[in-house]
Amino acid sequence: MTTHSNTVSSAGSIKARGVDWVATIKDAGLAAFVALLLTVPLVGLRTVDRPTGLGIEARPEEVVASILLVFLGRLGLGLIRQGMAMPVLILALICAGVGLVLPMPTQVLRLVLVLGGGVIALRAAMTVATGRSKLSQADRDRRMDRIAAKVQHASKYIGPVAVAFAVVLPFTPLADRMILDIGILLLTYIMLGWGLNIVVGLAGLLDLGYVAFYAVGAYSYALLAHYFGLSFWVCLPLAGLLAACSGVLLGFPVLRLRGDYFAIVTLGFGEIIRIILVNWYQFTGGPNGISGIPRPSFFGIADFSRTPAEGMAAFHELFGLEFSPLHRIVFLYYLILALALVVNLFTLRVRKLPLGRAWEALREDDIACASLGINRTNMKLAAFAIAAMFGGFAGSFFATRQGFISPESFTFIESAIILAIVVLGGMGSQIGVVVATLLVIGLPEAFRELADYRMLAFGAGMVVIMLWRPRGLLAHRDPTILLHGGKPPAATGAAK
Amino acid sequence: MDYFLQQLINGLSLGAIYGLIAIGYTMVYGIIGMINFAHGEIYMIGAFVALITFLAIGALGVTWVPLALLIMLVASMLFTSVYGWTVERIAYRPLRSSPRLAPLISAIGMSIFLQNYIQILQGARSKPLQPILPGNLTLMDGAVSVSYVRLATIIITLVLMVGFTILINRTSLGRAQRACEQDKKMAGLLGVNVDRVISLTFVMGAALAAVAGMMVLLIYGVIDFYIGFLAGVKSFTAAVLGGVGSLPGAMLGGVVIGLIEAFWSGYVGSEWKDVATFSILVLVLIFRPTGLLGRPEIEKV
Repeated sequence: MTTHSNTVSSAGSIKARGVDWVATIKDAGLAAFVALLLTVPLVGLRTVDRPTGLGIEARPEEVVASILLVFLGRLGLGLIRQGMAMPVLILALICAGVGLVLPMPTQVLRLVLVLGGGVIALRAAMTVATGRSKLSQADRDRRMDRIAAKVQHASKYIGPVAVAFAVVLPFTPLADRMILDIGILLLTYIMLGWGLNIVVGLAGLLDLGYVAFYAVGAYSYALLAHYFGLSFWVCLPLAGLLAACSGVLLGFPVLRLRGDYFAIVTLGFGEIIRIILVNWYQFTGGPNGISGIPRPSFFGIADFSRTPAEGMAAFHELFGLEFSPLHRIVFLYYLILALALVVNLFTLRVRKLPLGRAWEALREDDIACASLGINRTNMKLAAFAIAAMFGGFAGSFFATRQGFISPESFTFIESAIILAIVVLGGMGSQIGVVVATLLVIGLPEAFRELADYRMLAFGAGMVVIMLWRPRGLLAHRDPTILLHGGKPPAATGAAK
Repeated sequence: MDYFLQQLINGLSLGAIYGLIAIGYTMVYGIIGMINFAHGEIYMIGAFVALITFLAIGALGVTWVPLALLIMLVASMLFTSVYGWTVERIAYRPLRSSPRLAPLISAIGMSIFLQNYIQILQGARSKPLQPILPGNLTLMDGAVSVSYVRLATIIITLVLMVGFTILINRTSLGRAQRACEQDKKMAGLLGVNVDRVISLTFVMGAALAAVAGMMVLLIYGVIDFYIGFLAGVKSFTAAVLGGVGSLPGAMLGGVVIGLIEAFWSGYVGSEWKDVATFSILVLVLIFRPTGLLGRPEIEKV
């Protein structure tokens, strides 16, 4: 597909050619045949539970529908490439319109019609407008780079505005329980993304087990509170410390490994920690987790409940307010906002320090760094430990907000989501993390009613964004530090 | 002693399954240098296709067990390899010249997609199946009994391995594959169709994973949409243990992992067997990063 369109678009004008119907239909037929093989066993035949055991049910209509759709879609794309963009545009729009208006047997069919029709119509419209069926990868990269540079530049202004917005949000009439909860969720992931960004974006180490440190932080707080009755404000630094220690402990043996091996080992560690949490039930409560984790107090001064425990003031009485359960949520919101901003500030500052510069240098060229006398292991270990500490903070926040934790919350998929946030946003880009979090966490939250298809769309979205922009949405890599009057070199090519 | 032999058989059959999956990882890593994270899901799809095929031919009235098994084997290899091919075509091929992280993220996305795809289509509940091949072969006056299924697993794996070795070492496709593994660009200049070879690598890996999926279905009699993740990680461990890029290494690594898991569950307890596997992964990578049979990797500056 790619090679075809490349040769065609490089040939310049494509309208002069006639349509090679035979080849186009053959190509579309082949695609339809692949679709047939893909759908016959898994879509066409469904296993169903019957009282007598497993049974099977045929769904031929779905197979036929998917083959037809693939055939038409492929045919449309083929025709666009051969100068028939206008008719395809009209047909695709009609298709999308039909999907939108007419009643459909299933929502999936409607979605496929609208989305597929929309994408093909977009392609066709682009061809009509520019005479080329598709931007080449390099073109696309250049355009997105320009946007990324602009966003990066504008983040000087956007940043403070966004923070100001986040600060006043609880006082606006918008803020109800749901909005604040989503805000807290988003901020938690933004914080985790920024934390992981130190390892992945700055130091260039691919960590697939970041959730392990999140788990260590959460369980540190929960267990310390459970066994020793320590309060949140004592446990928060302790949790960070413990997570950092576990980061050093895990990091030390594996940091000399390169690239993919490192990734797999971190994945293994993440799973080991989860399995320990599941199996050591005398201590961690096993799969049942720990419930009744104490909520945070107002800096140890006041409590958010209506009738606080002995020796504690009630928050609403202290400040002379009407009691509202919302107070606690607003407080949690500000807590996670502050924590996230600390991580952000740390990253922005550390990039200007020798440590941060060493990380960036390590990311760009490991061997050159060693030649220059940088202690690679110590630098990587520092990145690992600091990121782990922030993960620990986020974890103990998670524990206190939920009041209940179990190993279920710390599966590999969480690591994958956090990593996806960092990579989709563009490694090393702080604002990219925010944008990606809004996409990855915010969008699925907004479409809660499509619950079943959420993770499906999430996985597909990851693939599509990577195909469309392999370096991440807002990837942009000017060196942080330049010589006086120096200009950033032209786009430095792809990251390793 | 009897218990030991019993666990040995269990470990060997489990190891055969891991080895079959590990070959897919190791081939793909050897040829395009990426961890095909969705490979575990391909294996899961293989198991589901085998299950559906069995139910379908059962509904059609095929009851002769050997024929049913043969149809299951062929069908799951065929349909699953189409999935392997499609995954490569859609999610990896456009990213071949991208930064290293991009195909990995794309693979993780694909893995999540496939898992949920199966969950939506076939349901989230685990699928139990009555034993297709019941019965045991008793050895040593009944002291050791080997179920026919496990025996079949080991035999089929051996046959496949012999065939596969011939395919890689003797045929022109195998030669092209090894050439691409060494130097894709040069192979391309010499007239090897690199895209086709990479596609076929995915197809072969998926077909072998499908066999593993079918075996798991037959041995354990229960599958669900989530089995791919753990099996995938363990098989990758096997590939690393054997030395990434080495086909006999993958099989050897699989058998070692299978034996460790079987003996660990047999003598220590099954709760911690996954920790044992992952610890081995970590230890191997620290002390012998090239694996048991791997070539040392030379770093070019």
